[in-house]
Amino acid sequence: MNKIKLIISREYLTRVKKKSFLVMTILGPILFAAMMIVPAWIASREDTEVRTIAVIDSSGIFVDRIANTDYIKFEYLKNQSINEVKETFTESGYYAVLQILPSITYEPSAVHLFSKKQPSFSIKSHIANSMEKELTNGKLKNHGIDEDVLKSIKSDVNIRTIQWTDDGEEKESSTEIAMAVGYASGFLIYFFIFLFGAQVMRGVIEEKTSRIVEIIISSARPFQLMMGKIVGIAMVGLTQFFLWILLTFMIVSGVKAVFFPELGTKNAQEVVAQDLFEQANIPQAETIQPQNFDKFSSMLNAAKSIDYGVILGSFIFFFLGGYLLYGSLFAAIGSAVDNETDTQQFMLPITIPLIIAIVVMMNVVQNPESPIAFWFSIIPLTSPIIMMVRIPFGVPYWELALSMGILVITFIGSTWMAGKIYRTGILMYGKKVNYKELWKWLRYKS
Amino acid sequence: MILLETQNIEKKFANHLALDDVSISIPENSIYGLLGPNGAGKTTLIRIINRITAPDKGEVLLNGRPLKADDVNMIGYLPEERGLYKKMKVGEQALYLAQLKGLSKKDALKKLRYWFEKFEIQAWWDKKVEELSKGMAQKVQFITTILHEPKLLIFDEPFSGFDPINANILKQEILELKKKGSTIIFSTHNMGSVEELCDHITLINKSRNILEGKIDDVRKKYKSNIYEISFNGNKDKLASSLNDHYEIIEDKKVNGHDAVKIKLLHETNENELLSLIIPTVEIISFNEIIPNMNDIFIKVVNEYKN
Repeated sequence: MNKIKLIISREYLTRVKKKSFLVMTILGPILFAAMMIVPAWIASREDTEVRTIAVIDSSGIFVDRIANTDYIKFEYLKNQSINEVKETFTESGYYAVLQILPSITYEPSAVHLFSKKQPSFSIKSHIANSMEKELTNGKLKNHGIDEDVLKSIKSDVNIRTIQWTDDGEEKESSTEIAMAVGYASGFLIYFFIFLFGAQVMRGVIEEKTSRIVEIIISSARPFQLMMGKIVGIAMVGLTQFFLWILLTFMIVSGVKAVFFPELGTKNAQEVVAQDLFEQANIPQAETIQPQNFDKFSSMLNAAKSIDYGVILGSFIFFFLGGYLLYGSLFAAIGSAVDNETDTQQFMLPITIPLIIAIVVMMNVVQNPESPIAFWFSIIPLTSPIIMMVRIPFGVPYWELALSMGILVITFIGSTWMAGKIYRTGILMYGKKVNYKELWKWLRYKS
Repeated sequence: MILLETQNIEKKFANHLALDDVSISIPENSIYGLLGPNGAGKTTLIRIINRITAPDKGEVLLNGRPLKADDVNMIGYLPEERGLYKKMKVGEQALYLAQLKGLSKKDALKKLRYWFEKFEIQAWWDKKVEELSKGMAQKVQFITTILHEPKLLIFDEPFSGFDPINANILKQEILELKKKGSTIIFSTHNMGSVEELCDHITLINKSRNILEGKIDDVRKKYKSNIYEISFNGNKDKLASSLNDHYEIIEDKKVNGHDAVKIKLLHETNENELLSLIIPTVEIISFNEIIPNMNDIFIKVVNEYKN
């Protein structure tokens, strides 16, 4: 027992003391923040080039009716045929030519966009949307509805979701926030399993290639060495995770204190809620209109109502469970090969369930109660990710218990199996190992 | 007294038998040579003694009782293929390995300080292993092997990678360890060092133990009754004095004197030989040729092949 403690502390300390750990700890929250901000920033800055599109409207309905945007301008040409424009197109400086035929009112495909380059999706959809709106309005007008009525027709519906808890209370909830929390924790587990599982594998390969492994296992049992490594790296993962939370919290509250001093007195939960709220990509404060304010405050209430204790607790459980399950498999792979390039053939069966989990996750976020969601959150190879996605939506306790129980049993089984492969593998050099060989190792007497 | 004994050890791998009914007994406080061609099964036997792998059949006894998991703390093992964590500092690493062998941190530090001073390598304490040369790393490794003062030491090719000066220091240390009461298993292909160091040997060939005993007994067993005589005088006169109980197998010059190798064929002994040749020449030296371990090794392994 003492030996496994020694091994754990070595695995832990050597990694935590590395410069790369410090860098990752500091960069992590910044990268996370960047991951959320950069795509939005890029999307907002996309396409700063102003493009002019010539319009030849033979139907006469759309003249001056397609709205110019900041980057797309429309110029309406009169009395020119498409062939004339085509001849002078290169000199004219137009980006494209939009040709609208008179039959547009009853034939949807009576419109063409000519250009040298393939026009972007946003240009195409902007034109289509504007034209559809124009046509709809025109038809409505024909039926005697005037423009003032049209304006008032446009409606908006915001559904506030309220959960009835078992003890009869009403709890404001938010599907959007549940989705965001589900996504974030599912991805984080996926990411942690890969990141730290691969570290286990590299650690095993390092010990094998540096040949120190024989010295260690003449002092401690191979199983102790393997478990020590897996547990030590898990602790590195948890340390990193908590440092990230702490640092994110500090950055967020620091930013708040500097830029929004009036929010400075808010409690921690609200700050986190605020943060999550931002992640959920919900209209930001500046765009909130009076009618939306209700939605905003209800979201905030809902964010507060999420039980972060349960989420954090199950996150740690599923992170550890999933990591232990995959970590032992990664260790077994590391022991079976001589260098990292040989790991490919064995990596596939490990990567596939993880990738399936991510694909299924997209679906589960939409239908957290579906049979697919249920089964993938019970099957141990995918349950750490899928169950985490479901938890923010509320999962019956028996399902949670079943999923956790099966995960525990499976990781005990996989660790035992991996231990057997590991024991033989670490002393095997210069041999191309295949699955048949691994099967043989599994059955060797200890 | 026997410290360690293996009884009818058998170990099978997927498609070959690595050890077949191997029994050896290692006397306490001896240096025990474990010899054999490449791939004979020596490393497997050593791993079984270290409890790294388990035998399919047979048992290892320490002080007459079966080897237990804790007993590995009484063993120091220097494997043939050795290495250290490259990114770890020398001192930290030595401390870690010593603690894994059951030493307390305090004891380990004290002992490490002693050995680092003795080998004059204190300056390496905070260096990373990857900054050391191969020979330097070997020294560190040697220290970590013997630091916990194990009763049983196992050295697999300990001299590989050492220059002659350091190899000599190592040799002295091994003898010193024996003097302090350790028992040493010594596996090597260097027969010169076997003759120099070992008290007992065993020769493993093709998974079987084919020769075991005290080194002197083994060498006597393989002596071929050949004597070398160097002399002043007439060689022909000497030759003509011999009858058909003797055969001259070689004549040459040694240090300016004539010398011959004579094989005693049967029903005679060295005294009779001397009495025959004393009247003929002036004898300068008279030696029995005892085969060296190198010859014995080759001879036994080749015999076994046929």
